[in-house]
Amino acid sequence: MTTTPADMRMVAQQFPTTPRARRARHILGYWRHPVAQALVKALLTIFVTTTITFFLIRLMPGNPIDIKIDELTKDGLMTYQEARAQAASLFAIDLERPVPEQYVSFMANLARGDLGHSFVSQGTPVTSIVLAVLPWTLFTVGTGLLLSFSVGVFLGLFAAYNRNKPIDHLLSVGGSVISSVPNYLIALLVVLILGLQLRWVPITQMRGAFSSGIPVGFNLDFIGDVLFHAALPILVFFLATLGHWILGMKSATVNALEEDYVNAARARGLSDGRIMTAYVGRNAVLPLVTQFAIAAGYAIGGAVLIEKYFVYQGVGLRLEAAILQRDYPVMQGILLIVTIAVVVANLLADLLYSRLDPRIGRAGGASGT
Amino acid sequence: MTAAALPRRSDSFLPRPIAGALEFLRLLSRRPSGLIGFVGIVFFLTLAFVAPIFVPNQEQGDVSVIYQTPSLQHLLGTDNSGRDVLNQIVQGGKEILTVALITALITTTIAVTLGSFSALIAGKVDAALVGLADILLTVPQLIVLIVVSALARPSNFLALALVLSSLGWAGLMRQVRAQVLTLKERDYVEAARSLDLGSVHIVFREILPNMRSYIVIHFVQAITGAIYAQVALIVLGLVPFSGKNWALMLYFANTQGAFYFKDAFWFVFSPILAIILLQLSLVLFVNALEDIFNPRLRST
Repeated sequence: MTTTPADMRMVAQQFPTTPRARRARHILGYWRHPVAQALVKALLTIFVTTTITFFLIRLMPGNPIDIKIDELTKDGLMTYQEARAQAASLFAIDLERPVPEQYVSFMANLARGDLGHSFVSQGTPVTSIVLAVLPWTLFTVGTGLLLSFSVGVFLGLFAAYNRNKPIDHLLSVGGSVISSVPNYLIALLVVLILGLQLRWVPITQMRGAFSSGIPVGFNLDFIGDVLFHAALPILVFFLATLGHWILGMKSATVNALEEDYVNAARARGLSDGRIMTAYVGRNAVLPLVTQFAIAAGYAIGGAVLIEKYFVYQGVGLRLEAAILQRDYPVMQGILLIVTIAVVVANLLADLLYSRLDPRIGRAGGASGT
Repeated sequence: MTAAALPRRSDSFLPRPIAGALEFLRLLSRRPSGLIGFVGIVFFLTLAFVAPIFVPNQEQGDVSVIYQTPSLQHLLGTDNSGRDVLNQIVQGGKEILTVALITALITTTIAVTLGSFSALIAGKVDAALVGLADILLTVPQLIVLIVVSALARPSNFLALALVLSSLGWAGLMRQVRAQVLTLKERDYVEAARSLDLGSVHIVFREILPNMRSYIVIHFVQAITGAIYAQVALIVLGLVPFSGKNWALMLYFANTQGAFYFKDAFWFVFSPILAIILLQLSLVLFVNALEDIFNPRLRST
C-alpha cells in the first residue's frame, strides 16, 4: 500500500503522538463520558436560564429601574435625575451602558458568587438572604419527595402484583385523584379543614421554620421542633407526588412482568420474592428515578404557595415577599439558586440512573431519548 | 409505539366523523373513570360558557348577609360582602377555561411545529431546539413563571396565555420530534418527498394526521398544566385580573382573611372544589384517552 504525504498527515492527526496531543485526546475521551456530558448540560442550563431572565428583566416594558424611578419621583420630592441615580445605585448597574455590557459585568460578578444587593434590606447581599432560606425548602421538599417515592413505589408494585383486584382499583383511582389536585390546593385544604375547621392540628403554632424561643443547635429539642414545624409542608409534598409514583410504578411493573427475563427467572425456579425485588422491581423503578428531578422542580414551584399558606420560612415565602416589595435582585437571585438546586437534583438523578442501570455508563454512551 | 388512529367500524353507514364519535363514546363507556371525566368536562364547559347566559351576574352584595353558611337562598353561602357564592362559581369558570384553552392551543401549536420541523431539518437547528427543550424541562417552571409574571404583569387573556405557553411546549415538542423521526422513514413520506411536495405538505398532510392521538392527549394535558400555573399566579396576585374568577375568589379570600371565619368555609371551599373537580375530570379523561389510543394496553 502506497501512502501519500496527505495520507500521512491524516494518520498523524488521528493518532497524535506528541505528549501534548495525547493529553488533549485523553481530555476529549473524558468529554465523551456521560458524567462529563451531564455536567456540561447542567452548567449550560444554569447559564441559559440566567441569561434569558437577565435580558427579560432589562428589555421588558416597565422594567424594575423605571418602576423604581416612578416610585421615587411620584411624590415630587426628587428630580428625575436624582431618582435615576438612586435607582441605578440600588440595582448596582450603570444605566447608560449598553445592555450587553451590563450583562458581561453581571456575569463577571456572578462568577465571583456576587448576586448583588437587596433593594429593601439595603446592604444585605442577595446571596446571604437566599442561603438563609434555601435549606428549609430543600429539607421539606427533599424529605417529602423521598418519603412519597419510597411509599409510592412500594404501593405501585403492590398494585401491579394484585392487578384488577379491588386493592389495585382503589390505589389506581386514589392515585389519579390525588395526583390531579394542585399541590398548593392540598396545602390550602390542610390549613382550611385540618387547621381551622376541625382544629386537629395547631396551625398557628406550626408556623415558621422553628420556634423563636428555642436555641439553635444539634440537640433533640431543636430537631424535634424543626420537625414539628416542617411536618405540614412535608405532608403536602408527600401527598402531592404520591399518586404519580403509584401510577408510574404500577404501569412500569406491569410492563416488566411481561418481559422474557422474568419468565426465564421463573423457569430457573427463583423465589417470587427475589424475582420481585431483583428483577421486576429494580427494572421498573429505573425510569422513575429520572422523573425524580422533574418532580422536585414541580414541588419547588408549588412551594411558593405552600410556604405562604403555612407561613414556613423557605425560598417560596421569601420570593413572595420579594415580589410584594419589588425587590428584583432578590427575585433574580432566588430564581437562580432554585434553578441550580433543581439542575443539581437532575444531575444526581442522571448519575444515579447510570449507576442503577448497568446498560448505561459502562458501554461509554448514554442511550438515546 | 405507533400512533393509532381511532378504529372505526367499516360497516357503518353514518358519515365518518359521527361514526368516529360514536365509536369513541362506545370505547369510552367501557371505562367508567374515563366516562366520569368526560361527563365532568362537559359539565364544566356548560357551567363556564352556557350557564352565565341564563344566570345574571350579581354585582351588588347584601351587607346584611355576610359570610352566610349554605341555605336555601344561598346554596353555597355568601362572601364577605354578602354576594352569593354559587353565583360567583357559575360566573367564575369562563376566564380560567378561556385562558387554559388558548394556552393549550398555543402550546400545542408551538410544540407540533417546532417538533416536526426540527426532526425534518435535522442538523444544528435540531440540536439547538432539542437543547432548548431540555433546558425548559429542567428549569422549575412555576418559579420562572412567577418571576416573569411579576415583571410583565400580564393584564389580558392573551398576554397571560402567551406567558404560560412560552415554557410549556418542551415535553410535547420532544415527543413529536421522536415520532416524526420514525414516521419520516415510512414509505408514504418517501413517496411524498420524491413527488417534491415540500416540507409543509409533508408535515401537515402526511405526518401529523398520524399523530392525532398524541396531539389530543397532550392538548388536554396542556389544559391541566395551564390551569395549575394560572391559578397559582392569580392566587399570588400577580395577574391584575378583575371580575369573577375561581382563582380570584381564593385570592380575595386570603387577602380578606376569610380562611379564619368558620362560617366562610364554603366561600373558600367552593372554588377549591371547582378547580379540583375540573382538574380531576381532565386527568381521568386523559388517562382513558391514553388507554383507548394505545391498543397494546387496551384491555377491552
